[in-house]
Amino acid sequence: MTAANPLFDYLLRLGDDSLVLGQRLGEWCGHAPALEVDLSLANLGLDLIGQATLFLELAGQIEGAGRDGDRLAFHRDALQFRNCLMVEQPNGDFAQTIARQFLFSTWQHLMFEALTQSSEPRIAEIAAKAVREVTYHADLAGEWVVRLGDGTEESRQRMLDGLDWHWRFVGELFAMDAVDEAMVAAGIGVDKAQLRAAFDARIAAVLQEATLPLPAYPRPALGGRSGHHSEHLGHLLAVMQHIPRTYPDARW
Amino acid sequence: MSRDWPLWEVFIRAKGGLSHKHVGSVHAPDATLAVRHARDTYTRRMEGVSIWAVRSTDIVASDPAQNGPMFEPAESKVYRHPTFYVVPDNVTHI
Repeated sequence: MTAANPLFDYLLRLGDDSLVLGQRLGEWCGHAPALEVDLSLANLGLDLIGQATLFLELAGQIEGAGRDGDRLAFHRDALQFRNCLMVEQPNGDFAQTIARQFLFSTWQHLMFEALTQSSEPRIAEIAAKAVREVTYHADLAGEWVVRLGDGTEESRQRMLDGLDWHWRFVGELFAMDAVDEAMVAAGIGVDKAQLRAAFDARIAAVLQEATLPLPAYPRPALGGRSGHHSEHLGHLLAVMQHIPRTYPDARW
Repeated sequence: MSRDWPLWEVFIRAKGGLSHKHVGSVHAPDATLAVRHARDTYTRRMEGVSIWAVRSTDIVASDPAQNGPMFEPAESKVYRHPTFYVVPDNVTHI
């Protein structure tokens, strides 16, 4: 895939990952298994929406077409979203949500850590702030993987099912295309292949502590980075966007 | 789920040099998650720099029924308050 402005596209990818997952986590609000978990998930979601705001605001400046972060978040359709497929997956039960958070946050943590060295100072700055938040996300999700995996027979089975849902979306996290290559060449982006060993080691360590088997990765599902999403994203966007689209001039 | 989890009392140190203060309680399955839950419940607005979590059942409390013998004898001991000293005008923070 070629893009007219790879930096704009790159920022959409970073911002949309956080935005879509933040929206998903917001769906747990008032429905989590315990009040404390409700707050944990909402905190994670708000961290992610904060990151999305920064990335999408910057994307709007780079694009220079007068679109701000809100415009990009609420007035694009599914085909224009650049998030990975994993973050748009439905919450399922608590274990499936934790599986997604564990895999994604572990990847995002490595990603942001690397982006603190970006030659684009505004990206490095956002990454430096966000990496502390995501360190906690990965840690908390890992703690829950251990407790559910090494818990009761039912929690273990649910954790296995939750992880099974998500293994096919891991490959996309590390896939490189023309946008990535251009950003790496410019010193702005991350060579994601370099992150894979650290990712695999972290996943293996937590799964071992959780007494869960290591994954046999299926053929990866791809497409999110070029706008080819699963059917779940459209439903998510309908909920997320309907107020600003119904009242485009609303302010609060 | 939380009904099955033990209760933990949460203490937060607002900043270095201050003591930990009781702020409330959380349910959590174990000590590690008790601190995580305390963090997510009670330090969302930069309320603290340190968290203690203690199993509620490990707290030893005085018996409210014994409040009379426990606390009332102190009422008539006004000399225990350092109120009979003259504090010089230029001494502050006392």
